[in-house]
Amino acid sequence: MRASSEQVTPPANRPGASALSAAGLTGQTGLADQDGRAGDRNIAVRLTEVSKAYGAGPSSLLALDGVSLTVADGEFVCIIGASGCGKSTLLNLVAGLDKPTAGQVETGGRRVGLMFQEPALFPWLTAGRNVELALRARGVPRSQRPALTAELLETVRLGAFAGKRPHELSGGMRQRVAMARALALDADVLLMDEPFGALDAMTRDLLHDELERICSERTLTVLFVTHNVREAARLGDRVILLSSRPGRIIEEYTLPRQGQRRIDSPEVSEVAARLTDRLREEVGRHGS
Amino acid sequence: MVADQALRGLDSLELPPDQRAQVPGRRGRKAWAAAWPKLLAVALVLGVWELVTLTGWKKLVLKGPGPVFSDLWQQMQHGALWATIGWTMRSALIGYLVALVIGSVVGILVARIGPLRAGVGSIITGLQTMPSVVWAPFAIILFGENNSAILFVVILGAGPAIANGLINGVDYTPPLLLRAGKTMGLRGITLYRFLILPASLPAYLAGLKQGWAFAWRSLMAAELFIAIIGQVSIGQQLVADQDLSDFTGASSVMIVIFVIGIIVDTVFTKADVSLRRRRGLLDPAAAN
Repeated sequence: MRASSEQVTPPANRPGASALSAAGLTGQTGLADQDGRAGDRNIAVRLTEVSKAYGAGPSSLLALDGVSLTVADGEFVCIIGASGCGKSTLLNLVAGLDKPTAGQVETGGRRVGLMFQEPALFPWLTAGRNVELALRARGVPRSQRPALTAELLETVRLGAFAGKRPHELSGGMRQRVAMARALALDADVLLMDEPFGALDAMTRDLLHDELERICSERTLTVLFVTHNVREAARLGDRVILLSSRPGRIIEEYTLPRQGQRRIDSPEVSEVAARLTDRLREEVGRHGS
Repeated sequence: MVADQALRGLDSLELPPDQRAQVPGRRGRKAWAAAWPKLLAVALVLGVWELVTLTGWKKLVLKGPGPVFSDLWQQMQHGALWATIGWTMRSALIGYLVALVIGSVVGILVARIGPLRAGVGSIITGLQTMPSVVWAPFAIILFGENNSAILFVVILGAGPAIANGLINGVDYTPPLLLRAGKTMGLRGITLYRFLILPASLPAYLAGLKQGWAFAWRSLMAAELFIAIIGQVSIGQQLVADQDLSDFTGASSVMIVIFVIGIIVDTVFTKADVSLRRRRGLLDPAAAN
């Protein structure tokens, strides 16, 4: 079950792209970036006019309103917005855990893995068993599981901790195990719901590097929800700004990749500042 | 446990120390720390009992701890007491095991099937609140004065508690783990086998413990009510002592009932503590 071979068509001009050019980053509109790799990439996730309402009648709550978004294979897209902007709803829809009220969500049969702010590991299983269960759920034969489990834990640099239970690991290590578990599903698309939100800045910084390394080793498409603008500027190929209640896409920024970024580099700071300004504007609009 | 130092964020400070330092004599001191309050409590009870005896209250029937324990000691030298205990424990075990099977099957069915939940769920709760001794006359009418009647009362006493424990466990499966499990592709039976049932274990164990308490009470009540010809049970021994106004005999039996209750409760408590320790649900400070 692999994706259809649709080609990415650059979306219509969005205001955010020019804002970034002003920030000194040679931003371009849409998916095509400097080396042009987006041009011949397939679409991993396509949302077409997706709306989601909870409940019915006058008391119903519109969480997402007409969201259209395409994400190319291997692209790292950060979704940012104030709380209640429907970020988590969006991920649930892509993960297939929920159905949209209107519109379409397509992943072309790609495997979708989901990571939460909490590691959500099964506390009665060791780190290794947690990963192995995901392999088992995927239908990997028993004989292959131990080797694959070891390999996955090695990928997140926890090879020595397979026998530890979640409560014996630190918060960052638990998130690494959760990452290994998501990778065990052989996911093409990794949905991450503020995965590092509960970690301290130093640990988070390390995990950013790890995530970047893992993404480059496997062609992973990532939809990364965060409310941390620096994190978004540090990681994303593209940053999507969502408005609050209902969630709508208000701005889209394309950040060209020029080697590894540092969270404390001037470029990241500059982009983060712009994102913050735009978010403030949005909050102000809501507040008045 | 040497992790790659470069990978360590601040969160590595959260890691529990690898091995608890084994101080020589720690085990003995720990055992003493746990034992002395209990010994003190027993000594207090015996002291009050002795004092009441010394006041001469109910002088004709009341005997002090000395005569009672020497009577118990005498009885323990003979096979009769052990045969009585053996018979009662056999009924307890059979009744409890049947209740365990029926309670677990009903529990899982009620937890899974919506309409059953609405109907049978409230009946189970109702049954649990009924003093099981009221089933004794009903059981005698149904089965006659035999062991089936006794088992019937025990099963009706313990079954609902066990079923309710399981239902509660299923209900309180953390939603986040359910989301994680569903993302992994666990559905239907596999979802129960790998996620919901293991997650229910603590509540189920609490139900089993409560079920035992109910089974033991029901059994004592049933044995007081139901005399089986040619078979002496603990309950019937108590009835015989009552008929003879034998204070020391009755007290010995009461002590036996008390001690059996404590022994079994200790087993359940140990199981509970070890389960919680494995899942990291135990406050490490309290565990030491």
